[in-house]
Amino acid sequence: MPNNNVQPPKASLWARLTRHQIVIPIAALLLLTIFNLIADPSFFNITLSDNSNGDPVLGGNLITIIDNGSELAILAIGMTLVTAASGGQDISVGAAIAISGSALLRVLCGGERTVDTFKNPLILAFLIACLVSMAFGAFNGVLVAFFKIQPMVATLILFTAGRNIACWINNSELPVVNDERLGYFGNYIPGIPIPTPFLIAVACFIITFLIMKFTNISLYVQSVGINEKSSRLNGLNPELIKLMTYVLLGLCVAVAALIKVGRISQINYSVIAKDIEMDAILAVALGGNALGGGKFSIASSVLGAYVIQFLTTTLYKFEVNAAALPAFKAVVVILLVVMSAPTVREKFSRLGRKLKKSKTAEAGNS
Amino acid sequence: MNDDSLLEMRGICKYFPGVKALQNVDFTLRKGEIHALMGENGAGKSTLIKVLTGVHVKDEGDIFLKDKGKVQIRSPQEAQNNGISTVYQEITLCPNLSVAENIFIGRGKGKFVKWRSMNKKAQELLDSLGIAIRANQQLASCSIAVQQMVAIARAVDMECSVLILDEPTSSLDENEVAKLFTLMRQLKERGVGIIFVTHFLDQVYEVCDRITVLRDGTLVGEYKIENLPRLQLVSKMLGKDLDDMADIKEAAPVYEGKDTTPVYEGKGLCSSEGINPFDFEIHPGEVNGFTGLLGSGRSECVRTIFGADKVTGGTVKMDGKPVKITKPREAMMNGIGYLPEDRKRDGIVGDLSVKDNIILALQVKTGFFKPFSKAKALEFANEYIKLLDIKTASVNTPIKSLSGGNQQKVILARWLLTHPKYLILDEPTRGIDIGTKTDIQKLVLKLASEGMSVTFISSETDEMLRTCSRLLVMRDRKLVGELTGDQLTQSAVMNTIAGGEKNAE
Amino acid sequence: MSNVNSSVSAVKKTRKRMTDTNLLTTITVTVFVVMYVCAILFLKEGFLKPQTMLNLISTNAYLIILACGMSLVMITGGIDISVGGVTALVAMSCAVYLDMHDGNVYISMLIAIGIGLAFGLVQGFLIAYLKIQPFIVTLAGMFFARGMTTIVHTNPFNVSNKDFVELKDTRIIIPLLGSTTKKGKFIPATIEIGVIVALVIVLLLFCLLKWTKLGRSFYAVGGNKQSALMLGINVQRTTFISYVICGLLAGIGGFVYFMHVGSGSPSHATGAEMNAIASSIIGGTMLTGGVGNIIGTLFGVLTLALIQNIVASLGLDQPWWTGITIAAMLCIFLVIQSIIISRRKKADMKAAAAQSNKEAAPAS
Repeated sequence: MPNNNVQPPKASLWARLTRHQIVIPIAALLLLTIFNLIADPSFFNITLSDNSNGDPVLGGNLITIIDNGSELAILAIGMTLVTAASGGQDISVGAAIAISGSALLRVLCGGERTVDTFKNPLILAFLIACLVSMAFGAFNGVLVAFFKIQPMVATLILFTAGRNIACWINNSELPVVNDERLGYFGNYIPGIPIPTPFLIAVACFIITFLIMKFTNISLYVQSVGINEKSSRLNGLNPELIKLMTYVLLGLCVAVAALIKVGRISQINYSVIAKDIEMDAILAVALGGNALGGGKFSIASSVLGAYVIQFLTTTLYKFEVNAAALPAFKAVVVILLVVMSAPTVREKFSRLGRKLKKSKTAEAGNS
Repeated sequence: MNDDSLLEMRGICKYFPGVKALQNVDFTLRKGEIHALMGENGAGKSTLIKVLTGVHVKDEGDIFLKDKGKVQIRSPQEAQNNGISTVYQEITLCPNLSVAENIFIGRGKGKFVKWRSMNKKAQELLDSLGIAIRANQQLASCSIAVQQMVAIARAVDMECSVLILDEPTSSLDENEVAKLFTLMRQLKERGVGIIFVTHFLDQVYEVCDRITVLRDGTLVGEYKIENLPRLQLVSKMLGKDLDDMADIKEAAPVYEGKDTTPVYEGKGLCSSEGINPFDFEIHPGEVNGFTGLLGSGRSECVRTIFGADKVTGGTVKMDGKPVKITKPREAMMNGIGYLPEDRKRDGIVGDLSVKDNIILALQVKTGFFKPFSKAKALEFANEYIKLLDIKTASVNTPIKSLSGGNQQKVILARWLLTHPKYLILDEPTRGIDIGTKTDIQKLVLKLASEGMSVTFISSETDEMLRTCSRLLVMRDRKLVGELTGDQLTQSAVMNTIAGGEKNAE
Repeated sequence: MSNVNSSVSAVKKTRKRMTDTNLLTTITVTVFVVMYVCAILFLKEGFLKPQTMLNLISTNAYLIILACGMSLVMITGGIDISVGGVTALVAMSCAVYLDMHDGNVYISMLIAIGIGLAFGLVQGFLIAYLKIQPFIVTLAGMFFARGMTTIVHTNPFNVSNKDFVELKDTRIIIPLLGSTTKKGKFIPATIEIGVIVALVIVLLLFCLLKWTKLGRSFYAVGGNKQSALMLGINVQRTTFISYVICGLLAGIGGFVYFMHVGSGSPSHATGAEMNAIASSIIGGTMLTGGVGNIIGTLFGVLTLALIQNIVASLGLDQPWWTGITIAAMLCIFLVIQSIIISRRKKADMKAAAAQSNKEAAPAS
């Protein structure tokens, strides 16, 4: 009997890396880095200066990127799981952040318009915000998992209604919290020069890593995303798993809402987290994940999120109007996606093979 | 090129990365001939067909068509234009369109749709072929068998000269197969050449004129049917002399020490799929089978046992103790395993690796919070790759790139790894080459001798007669009979299925 | 043969069953009619006037056009979320052209069509030939369109070009319909030009989908792409054309929108794409493809508009009520659709199994 290749062949690090989907965001990262190095190397300077409170904090474009990209990275974690399990995307995350932030502020303000200290403990407010966003996540999850509605369509409901609900929670008012402790979460904790959002994001990454390592979530989610019927016959409960991913995304939404609200200590329903769902989906796609579900890599999505932030910061540096920003993002995204499209890759590799053939033919002739 | 030939393929070669799918294969199809194309899985049959139909482009070789000389076929459209039509095992029609539309879409001149004349022509065609449906009903409302016949009707209407039927009878029952053969003979008289790709030996001998055998991507030979008895055909496909399969049951060891407590005992089991409540029990070391016509409820019965369908009633005891089995998970926890009938839809998880597919069931059994270490998973996978001789490039290859037979082996490995007390195999040998079929049957008997209970379902009755010691007969979703010992013959089975008084036919 | 004949007659006896498409459309139309009747009964005042209904259509003429294009793409199994952005871009570009370059109204129409066509061509190419996911491509398209709108001109402004304002204010009189004021004067009902454009487009698309081979191939590709390919349909070309038409309609719809609002602004038509999708879905088009009907889409838009009207009439004018009601409607329709379709599938499978068993039973 022929020998079965039973041990996986030791592929070189390069080969393994290029086969993994993380190549795509890494390539994008390199492109942006090179571009900025050529345009203005001072882009990468990091400064240590005092902020308005007199504490020393790090500053500079790189810091801005890891700071502002944090909400997106955290969302990307949840969005990757949702995409992998249900083969669709949740376009309501921006609206959900509005709802969650709204709930947070309501609890902190205890129903008043402006407060100087927390009316209720922050931990309570955060827990309630978590519960609210996880409940809405469950709503989406139920529609998708039990009513078998397409994710993009099911989440369209919350997308339409979400900001209105957020508005309703605070009776159309815009509560303001003047307690500086809220600001710690969106800006800097006194004495720590690294922006807090990034620290929160890192904490989320660590928790995610631990969950992936000590549970079967990766195998289950992939299995359900690839073949639901087969998963069921292997003892899995696809509905529960899908529901779980939406609830986890809800958790990510709550954390992102805390950061967002923490940045300005208030909320503006129609503006907060606007278009972040598009960025989150882009991050997942940029990370090389199949938007139709199945195998996934959270690390790739997170990297994709920071790449998108990198792009945004680069464009701001070139003084592009904030409203015009989307146009540039669009062009870059299209270029990236076109380059990684299988048909385009195939054409390039065929070209490469032709060149090789002609080279060897020449070598043979001479 | 011969005057008689419709189609000649000479020296066809096709390569994929790392695999020589076809090497120097010749194939000839004559006018008014039904020609079987046979070979084990991986022999190159489907690749040859795909080259002919333009799905793959050949790397070397020539294709000649009658009255057209040498042709290049680079797309399904080009194949169609050259008079080559294919009907696949998977229905390649659009379920949301009507029957008439499916027959006429994608061809014909003109930019506008003339509904009335289209419907009329379609109805005439359907009636002439004996297909009992309305031309304007939605295709999705027809059974799979009927959909297949619509596909053939389309090919007939396109006045193809070469008709390729790729495993057309896998989802059909006997009546439908007979209708199909009638249709094929009609076409034969019209001068159409038919290439019949199938695994069913009986059907080949019933309706074909010639056989071409492929093995490992090369041509073994082309034979007239009367010159090739069955055993010779099989040995040519395998490349060796086959053991006489009828002897395997006698040779297999039998489980001693049969307990009187059944491993599994179910009473009044019924599910949402509409089977009548049935009782079923099985003892350790026993191999039993469910037989009956297609749609009689065999698969539905075992799915109810496993909890794969919604269980609506009945009580279950395992080893004498009452348990609740309404979901696959509960069945698994009680030591039952289930190899599903439709491996592509219910069995494999396509993009996952062979390793992940093998450990999946056991992992679910072990629990959400206890993932296997990489080393352990590798160990499990390797153990079964070796045991079942699974041909795969590596443990990390996605299972979808394996051949059908090897995929089936992986699913089997998955369940064997869970060391079930009771294993249900629903059509484990469907679409699999003869060599693997025998291996699986031998394995079933070996497992039974070690104390495992097995339920074996196959549409090939002789397989079941070879391996089972007890056959449960189903008709119209009802359990109608049980055969053991001396009763295990083809004619007894047929009679029990037909049932009732002796027919005057 | 006797077996066959008895089966044939048995089949002909079963009642004619509606296709999925027709069933969903019928539901939508019924809901709309019921809602309107309820509105008349319970909110009498405004709804009895024909002008109310016609205003509904006038305000949403552009959405009808956008939703038609969207339905087309959805029937093919894709999606185009750039249409709102394209509308805004068209409005702004035409506004700038007319006021700042002293332009000709007819040329501005050509500009509108050109912009829409450009988006359709590029997006269609990327999706159909480079096989990139429609969501990503049209998402980028939306970003691009919105960004370009700001780049073309940053601030909103009203158009004062004389010819244009004349066109904008033209009303077409509907004979026989109208209302009488308290003083006894008869005011005829009127509609904007955009309505005629919308209805013409609805008619054209309806004919396209029902009577042309191209139209049927949209359904085929949406029903089963692989099968459509095997059946000899040029899937790439069909997909490409669907996006081109959608882009073209976005351009035309954009101009109709422009005629309605008479200004350019970066925040025009925000959420229009979602409204178009919602209208299509309410109208019975399924996102999975292969099922859909232009008439249904028309009523989907009208239903959506009617809801907004009813909500306003009920005095619920806090900003959040409209959004919530639309969302609720969408939710209800989606759930109903999914239940109906899954019930049908189950019934089909049961009937099919019963049929084959009946034929298999020997004639005794």
